[in-house]
Formats: sequence, structure tokens, C-alpha cells
Amino acid sequence: MARLSRLAWAVAAVVLGLGVLAAGLEAMGYGAAPALGALWSGAFGSWYAFTSTTLVRAVPLILIGLGIAIAFRGGALNIGAEGQFYAGAIAATWVALHAGERPAPVAIIAVLLAAALAGVLWVALPVWLKLRFGVIEVISTLLLVFVAELLVSLMVLGPLQERGHIYPQSDAIPDSARLPLIAGTRLHAGFLLALALGAALWFVFSRTWWGFKLRAVGLGPRAAEVSGRIDSQRVGATALFLSGAMAGLAGGVEVSGVSYALYPNLSPGYGFTAIAVALLAGLHPAGVVITGILFGALEAGAGAMQREAGVPATAVYVVEAVIIIVALLATAPKGGWSGARVMRRKRPVASRAS
Amino acid sequence: MGLSRSSDGTLSRVPPVFELTGIQKRFGSVQALDGADFTLRPGEIHALLGENGAGKSTLMHIAYGLVRSDTGDVRVDGVVRRISSPRQARELGIGMVHQHFTSVPALTVAENIALAAGWAVVPNQLRDRTRRLSERLGLPLDPDQRAGRLSVALKQRLEIVKALAGDARILLLDEPTAVLAPAEAEELLRVVRVFTEAGGSAVLITHKLDEVLRAAERVTVLRQGTVTYAGTVAGQTVESLTSAMIGPESNRSSFTSLQPAAPRATAKRELIRLQSLELSRESGYGIAIRPAALVIGSGEIVGIAAVEGNGQRELLRAVAGRIVRLRGRLEVAQPVAFIPEDRTSEGLVPELDLTENVALGLGLDAPWIRRGWIRWGEGRARTADLLQEFGITASGPRARAVSLSGGNQQKLIVARELSRGPAVIVAENPTRGLDVVAASAIHARLRSAAAAGAAVLFHSSDLDEVLALAERVIVVARGVIAEVPPQASRATIGAMMLGGDG
Repeated sequence: MARLSRLAWAVAAVVLGLGVLAAGLEAMGYGAAPALGALWSGAFGSWYAFTSTTLVRAVPLILIGLGIAIAFRGGALNIGAEGQFYAGAIAATWVALHAGERPAPVAIIAVLLAAALAGVLWVALPVWLKLRFGVIEVISTLLLVFVAELLVSLMVLGPLQERGHIYPQSDAIPDSARLPLIAGTRLHAGFLLALALGAALWFVFSRTWWGFKLRAVGLGPRAAEVSGRIDSQRVGATALFLSGAMAGLAGGVEVSGVSYALYPNLSPGYGFTAIAVALLAGLHPAGVVITGILFGALEAGAGAMQREAGVPATAVYVVEAVIIIVALLATAPKGGWSGARVMRRKRPVASRAS
Repeated sequence: MGLSRSSDGTLSRVPPVFELTGIQKRFGSVQALDGADFTLRPGEIHALLGENGAGKSTLMHIAYGLVRSDTGDVRVDGVVRRISSPRQARELGIGMVHQHFTSVPALTVAENIALAAGWAVVPNQLRDRTRRLSERLGLPLDPDQRAGRLSVALKQRLEIVKALAGDARILLLDEPTAVLAPAEAEELLRVVRVFTEAGGSAVLITHKLDEVLRAAERVTVLRQGTVTYAGTVAGQTVESLTSAMIGPESNRSSFTSLQPAAPRATAKRELIRLQSLELSRESGYGIAIRPAALVIGSGEIVGIAAVEGNGQRELLRAVAGRIVRLRGRLEVAQPVAFIPEDRTSEGLVPELDLTENVALGLGLDAPWIRRGWIRWGEGRARTADLLQEFGITASGPRARAVSLSGGNQQKLIVARELSRGPAVIVAENPTRGLDVVAASAIHARLRSAAAAGAAVLFHSSDLDEVLALAERVIVVARGVIAEVPPQASRATIGAMMLGGDG
């Protein structure tokens, strides 16, 4: 029942978002119908469009979104997945360029492992700050996004710059370090990896003690410690590490499956969009796969909308923003702004214990 | 302390500065105050005594405008006033020092005082003004120090300066010495005396009888919302004050209908053993339990009588394995059942369903959770059994815990904890906030667990409950554990709880 109402909220969010976009387009003098038509055909118009643009863009969103679902379930608010994504992309590029001449499966596994590990390392500082000094991870993970972006610039102008030393990007990685493509499309094996990880997480969340512990810590850290004798801090730290690993892996998959090189602006904000993906999915892995594809479609369709209807691609951010707001409303605790009311109710009771 | 006590005769001719008459206050089903009177005269330290829940804080919160009384009058300098906010109280010259610190840790001393007194924030002026004020009051403070960095005693001093910043003539102190070491408490009382000698009047809420006898001129004792004694301290003793607080032996009690368990004479297996155990406070600062020895055997129900904050919480949690010991030996038979005080933040996760809450408590001990895998179907069946066995009213094992009444939530926690077949049961206020029927159901469960061989160690802030349920009572006062002799009177226990030995 709860799940059904979640689904209703999600559908309502998407419909409302598209409605606001259509109204905005009409108001600005664009034809809403041709623009939305272009959006649709760009995303789902053909098998090629669906696989090679929508699903290709969905892969990083799903991978990062799954990681964010892990963190948020455990009450750890990892907002800086974008930074962990770039850390993974840097590590993947470095390993691919230095060790990529090995046989394909070995090279690919090494690249992806390095990427995941880099994501873990990138989140290690926020974890340490949190455990040692109580620094809120929302801030520390977010700030490290900027550091990661600057590190990418540094890399592509320094140690990882292409051989000609002209462009701010790396050399293309060797073929053996590239993920295989699915026949006739630009969709790479990373999509299958994302589906497999989604299924694995669904199982972990619903069937294992660790998955349950994670949720208990997220919903009631005191009770988890006192009644469950669970080390909340440790569970929270593990959740952050795993979500960093997923975001790093997404960076590696993007380099190894799509861009084949490192350059700034490799990500059009995947790490941030993925937060909306995870929230809209109610932190459920299957939901993350679906909403990841939905957001992939929006981004893919945005390009088509710009080409064919002359509407700026950024217009789809209206849809994303509306979806995020509705998703937050759906997950907000009952009563909304009830803080003050609760206090007023509690005060006389507290004063009874003299 | 240079002041000699004026006799009551001379003081009574002076009109009171502050007067509360016929105050009634009801919170839900609890009559917190039932026609209480309170009179404060100029230049006196007036102690306000009473057990937990006797209505002391409520009375002072009414005086300070934090709580509205249902009936009754408040007079300041003989004029009836309606004090509906702390701001109004401050304008009338009333300042309050709360039980808990109310300073903003990140702000400086000067900024905190400005905030409380409503000064305009002009940095340089603020510093001088603070310095002048604190020197005038004889309470020196560094204006630029951040409040969060002050020691406990200095934080307390800041609270007092804040309360007096608005030229208060009446100072209400809610258990100001509870957090202080003896020497610091002494210093604080000296400061209060300086204030009253300069013409101010102070109300001192406290649990500590020796403090009352040493520092106060007059005392008002509250019991269950009514005044049982009001008058001079002179001529009073620890015993007389205790009996005013706790009441006569034949006290009305919600637990009297329950039969205390008969002590068993058979040889017992030792299940809990403490040897020179020392515990630090949960806050991490200071000692909660001083070197203590205690042995509890199979089948025993041991009740801890103690006033809030004397170390009983740490003792219970150490036995339950929830906090680590500082020094000494602690042996507890496993498994241990633990019923924490706060059911909705520590005992349960309200958003989780009942099966999940059972899983949370049992963890890997549950037969349906093996090697990290959870078989939810089996868990729900077992939870449904528990609901039936313990008479818990719920729509089923999938109901969320938040949908249950307080009594049913508590029963669920008890059911979960007893289902692990514990050797030792530790409970903090196991029936707080429950009606008599639910409370006696939980008592019955604890008794039958003890009859089946478990050792039960519990604390209740309600002395009646301790006496009704326990067959053996221990007192924890200021971190010292003392055994209560069998057949001891309520007054004796009360005096032990309050550390009447000084």
C-alpha cells in the first residue's frame, strides 16, 4: 500500500513536471507540442535513440543513484557524488593509460576496480572528519566536488595530458580497456553492470541483516545503538564508503564505456541529478533503475528538443526541479513545519519533572 | 556565610516581594499543582523542596511566565500581575537560572548576555558593559570567551549573570548545584548570598537537604502538587524535611494492590557481580558510580531507588552492556534483556513495523536471522505469536510501531526482550506513563521471569513502584551504592536517596 502511494507520487511528479514545462514553453512563445514531441522522439523515438542516448545517459545515473540510496538509507547524506565520480574517472583513465595494454577482461576489471577505489578514497576524508570532529558530511562531500573538478583540470593539463600537449584532455584509452558495446548501438556493458548491481542491492536491502541494519540506523540511530547494539557510526561510515565506491565506479564506466578519455565537464552533473533519481525512487533499487532511465530520457530528449524545436536544452531542468520538489514533499515527515508545535506541546510535560 | 538568620517574627512584618496563591495546574490527567501557595520575602534565600514530579519546576515556570496556571494569583510587590512570558517576568525584575544551560555555545560570553538582556550588539560597548556588570555582581567573566569553552562552573556563572543582567531583584534557581562539584556548589551559594545581602531575593529549587539547612532561611516543601510545609528552616532537621517530602508511611499508591514477591531463601546462582566497579558519566565528564560491589542472584528482583542523575542510569546501562566500565570487574550472565527508559527513541524505531522492531532488538540472536540472512516470513509469524502471548493490541506484525499506544509499545519491547530467554533483565522506568492495568501487566511479566530464574535489576523514579515490585532495594546517591535494610521505612529510604548523611 505504501509502495503504491509512492508510485502515485512519482507519476504525479513526472506529469506535473512535464505540465509545468509545457506551460512555460507556451508562455515563452515556443510551441509546446512540437517541443515535447522532439523530447519524446529524442528519448524513445527509435531503438537507437533509446539505447544509444537514453540508456547511455541512464547508466551513470543508475550507478550513482544506487550508491546514494545506500548512503541515504543509512542516514548519511552524500551530496558530493559528483566529486567521487570524477575521482573514479581520473583513476580509471590513469590505470587504462598505464596498464591498458593487458588482455581486455584484466584491463577492464583493473580500470573499474581502480575507479571504485578512488571513489572510496574521495569520501574517506569526509568520513574521517565526521567520525573525528562531527563535521556534517553534507558540507564536506559537497565541497570536495570542487576539489575533484580542479583535480581533473590539473590532470589534463599535466600528467594525463594528451601527447600533443595542446588540448586539455587525456589520450584515448586503449581498446583493451574499453567496455564492449551491445551490437549495433552505443550502449556498453556498463548498463548490464548497473542492472546487476541494482538487483544485488535489492536483495541486500530486503533480505540481509546488513541491509536492515542500514535502514534502522537511518531511521533511528539511538534505538539502533541502544536496543540493537549496532554501531551506528560504523554503519554510517560503511554506507558512505559504498556510495563513494558506486559513484567512483560510475566515473570509471563513463571513461571506459563512453568518453574513452578524461576531460573537464565529462559529467553534465550526473552526481547531482542522481540524488533526485534516488529520492524519486524512494531509495528502492528497482525504482532507481526506472527513474535513472527516466532522467536519462529527459537529458537525451533535451538535446533533440534543442536541435529540432530550438528550445534551450536547459529547459528540461524545469522538469527535474519540479520532480525533485514533489519527491521531497512526498517523503517529508507528516506535519511539515511542526517543529514549533511539537515544542509547545512538550514544554509543560517536561516542566513536570522538577 | 556571614549572615545570621533573622527570626521569623521580624521578617513576617515585611511585605512579600513575590507571592503565589492558590495555584492549580493540570497537564492532561496529571494534577501537577493543586492549590499551592508560595511567599518570597525580601533579602531571603527560600528553598523549594520536593520529589521528582512534586511540582517544583512547574511552580517556578508559572512564576517566570513559561507556563500558565489554571487558577491562582501571582503578586509582585503586592500587585496582582499576569505574567504570560519570560520577557514580562524580566521586566518585573524576575530572573531565572534553568536546570539546563541556555547559552549559545558558539557565541561569546558578552554576546550571550546581550542576547538574554536585549542589549544592542555593539562589540566594544558590549565588552565593557559585560565587564562592568560581572564585576558589580562579583561574578567575574571573560567577555570574549566562547560560552561553549567555559567550564561547567563558569557556564553556571554565566547563566546567573544573564539572569541578573536585567536588574533582577528576584532570582529563581532551578537545581543550580545539580551539575556542580561540592566546592563549586559552595561557591555558587556564596554568590547567591551576596545577591540577597544586597537586597535581592532568591528561590532555590533543590534535592539536597544539607544545602537547604545550610543556605536557606525559609523552605517550602511540595508533595504531589500541594504544600506540606512552609516556614523557617530553623528547627527543621533532615528527618522532618524528608517526611514532609515523602509523606507518611501509609501513602496512597497506585501499586499497593500488587503483592510484593516473597523473598526466596533458597541458594541462588549469582548472575550479576560487580567488584570495585567504577563508571564515568554518560557525558564523559566526572564519575557516575564510585567503586561499588554488588551481587544479584537468580530469581531476585532488585529495585534501585535514586533521584535523577545520581548514577543509577549508568549503573543499569553498564550491567546491560550498553556502556563500558571505567575500572573494576563486572560479570553479567548472558543473554541480557534491556528495557530502556525512552521507548520511542531508544526502545523502538517508530517508522519500522513490529516485526522489524523485534528484529532490531533480537538481532542475530533471533532464530529467523541466520548468518546475516533474514527470513521475514518466519519473523512475522513469530512476532504475531508474541503479540498474542503478551496481549498487545495491534493490527498485526506489519503495523508500524508508531501506530501503537504507549502501553502497547512498551509491551512490545518487554515481549521482545523476554523472548530471548534472558538470564538477566535490566529495566529503566519500565512502566513510565502507563496506566495501572498496563503497568501491572508488565510487573507480572517481570515477576514471572524472575520466578523462572532470571535476575531482575530495575530503577523507577516512582518510589512506590520500587517498593511494590522489588524484594530487595538498593539506593544510589551521588554515585554510591547502598543496600537498604529489609523493613526499612519510606522515610529512611528517602533520606538515603537524598544523601542526608551530608
